[in-house]
Amino acid sequence: MTSRDQILSSARAALNRRAGDSIPPPPPVLLREGPKELLIEQFKKALEALAGKVVVVKTPAEAEVAIDNALNGRTFIRSPHEPTAATEVGITSADYALADTGSLVIFEPTLLSLLPPCHIAVIKESQIVASLDDVFRLRPLPGSMVVITGPSRTADIEMRLVRGVHGPGEIHVIIIEDVTHSDSNTSHHL
Amino acid sequence: MKTPDVTATLGDGKLQLAIYSATARLADRRREVVSLEAMPDYQQLRQHAHDIKKHTLDHLDYYLEQLERNIEARGGKVIWAKDGAEACAFIQKLARERGVKVIVKSKSMTTEEIHLNEHLEAGGIEAVETDLGEYILQLSGEKPFHIIAPALHKTIGDVSNIFERHLHSQPETSPEALTKIARIALREKFLEAGMGITGANFLVADSGAIVLVENEGNARLSSTAPKIHVAVSGIEKIIPRAQDLAVFLKLLARSATGQPLSVYTSFLAAVPGEFYLVLLDNGRTRLLADESKRQSLYCIRCGACLNNCPVYRKIGGYNYPWVYSGPIGKILTPQFMGIEHDPWLPFASSLCGACGEVCPVKIEIPRILLELRSNKVSSSPDNVELWSFKVWAWVMKHPKIYAKLASAALAAAPTDKDSFFAVGPLKNWLSQRDLPVPPAKSFRELWKKRSK
Repeated sequence: MTSRDQILSSARAALNRRAGDSIPPPPPVLLREGPKELLIEQFKKALEALAGKVVVVKTPAEAEVAIDNALNGRTFIRSPHEPTAATEVGITSADYALADTGSLVIFEPTLLSLLPPCHIAVIKESQIVASLDDVFRLRPLPGSMVVITGPSRTADIEMRLVRGVHGPGEIHVIIIEDVTHSDSNTSHHL
Repeated sequence: MKTPDVTATLGDGKLQLAIYSATARLADRRREVVSLEAMPDYQQLRQHAHDIKKHTLDHLDYYLEQLERNIEARGGKVIWAKDGAEACAFIQKLARERGVKVIVKSKSMTTEEIHLNEHLEAGGIEAVETDLGEYILQLSGEKPFHIIAPALHKTIGDVSNIFERHLHSQPETSPEALTKIARIALREKFLEAGMGITGANFLVADSGAIVLVENEGNARLSSTAPKIHVAVSGIEKIIPRAQDLAVFLKLLARSATGQPLSVYTSFLAAVPGEFYLVLLDNGRTRLLADESKRQSLYCIRCGACLNNCPVYRKIGGYNYPWVYSGPIGKILTPQFMGIEHDPWLPFASSLCGACGEVCPVKIEIPRILLELRSNKVSSSPDNVELWSFKVWAWVMKHPKIYAKLASAALAAAPTDKDSFFAVGPLKNWLSQRDLPVPPAKSFRELWKKRSK
């Protein structure tokens, strides 16, 4: 008997089940309904509380200026290119941003959002959703996904907060406004 | 693991302060973010998380097979390991076949449980811990002191000394400078490593995914930078659907550190390189058979029960016999290793109930502690204790005899415990307990006098 068969058969013996037995449905999925308004404000507040920087702009051209300001003369790589050991800043987009936690959600992430000491993400306002629950409404989910909530951090030495351990210690999110707020049927692409 | 020495821990003022303040801070932060104002649906989420875990563990064979199918469909491999020896042997063989000399590891209690590092090192493979706290302890040759704050007993000075000795760095006095030294040293290891080993916070059956939750970025690096990724996980970490993460992720980081979400939550269903999931039994299916204690396996390793335990907060992490410390360690150790391994462990609790109250998946730790005590007593009864209670029960049922014995005991009772019980087994018992001096008159005597 292989280890696989032994583990499965001891589990079945313990649970009083036989191979191929069906199962009752699991408890229902529990997803919260979040707010649809004031998402930029919420996102900004949440990420700034974690020492992230947030800039809101109106056009892609303004976004370029904001990127330049954040770069402040440092070397950078833009996705889809991979960073080198010397890259100071990685510039990426994100697939979603979470208003309640100030998080970025990146599908199929690369090392560009992880290796350089600074990460700049450029997103559209319409990509901000209320919480991770909205991302879990997507089907199917991507093959890989990372949720980034603030700069890399540790409190392993005397419980004192240090930012920038293995990942970026500095995060900038530049949001380009693209939602018409006078329209009450604000459409998100979820 | 160091030989437990409770007296030394209790007598070390610096250590007491470190344990007390670290656990207090973690407990306070948790309390704040799960409060009714901050999270009105917290109790509903706890119950739901409990229900999902119950459903999954009750049908574990089904979900394990589903997980295996989905991992293999995306090109990964599932390795089943009955015990630590099988898990370590597989990883060692794989590393040797692929010519791997250096392995980067991110924090995993499961690999601590099976002593993976020791096995790899014995085989000539360098396994480097990359979580800052774990790295410090690996250099100093120690084990994690706490599930989520492994090096909470180390001061800045201790860390500076350890880095000076092993990394030949200059003395430093700030956590920032020390963190930078570790970052630079470990960055080299990440680039050099042929394999990354991680644990898994969750295994998602319907997606064939593993989920890693962390703050530093080392689990992301360990799982994606090297060509080969091996995840080692207990079979109980499984949940049915990706959507269930919505419940568990709301609870995990809040319970552990008081963060709404940890910095990096990685959902890995398809990874470009080679991927192996080592599914470890190591006593878990044995525990599964015990229906009333099966919920011990619901644990998501947040550490909240440690931070809120009056015993852990005094004796720290090194006075428990196994890698899992605190209240959860007290119920896991005797069930994984057998009750005979540490029969008295479940008795080392005041049963105050704090652990059960803060558990995000509602494991009834106090009830399970009581059941384990009962199992111990029925499997190897202590005759002296048994007869003492029988005699006591008989006396209690005979009030006249009780009254006579009580007044006789009062007359004979010592006023100074040191001189009276200076010898015999009572001396040891009293060395850590107070013997209150009895009053001059018993309650019965006072009552009689009053009624007259």
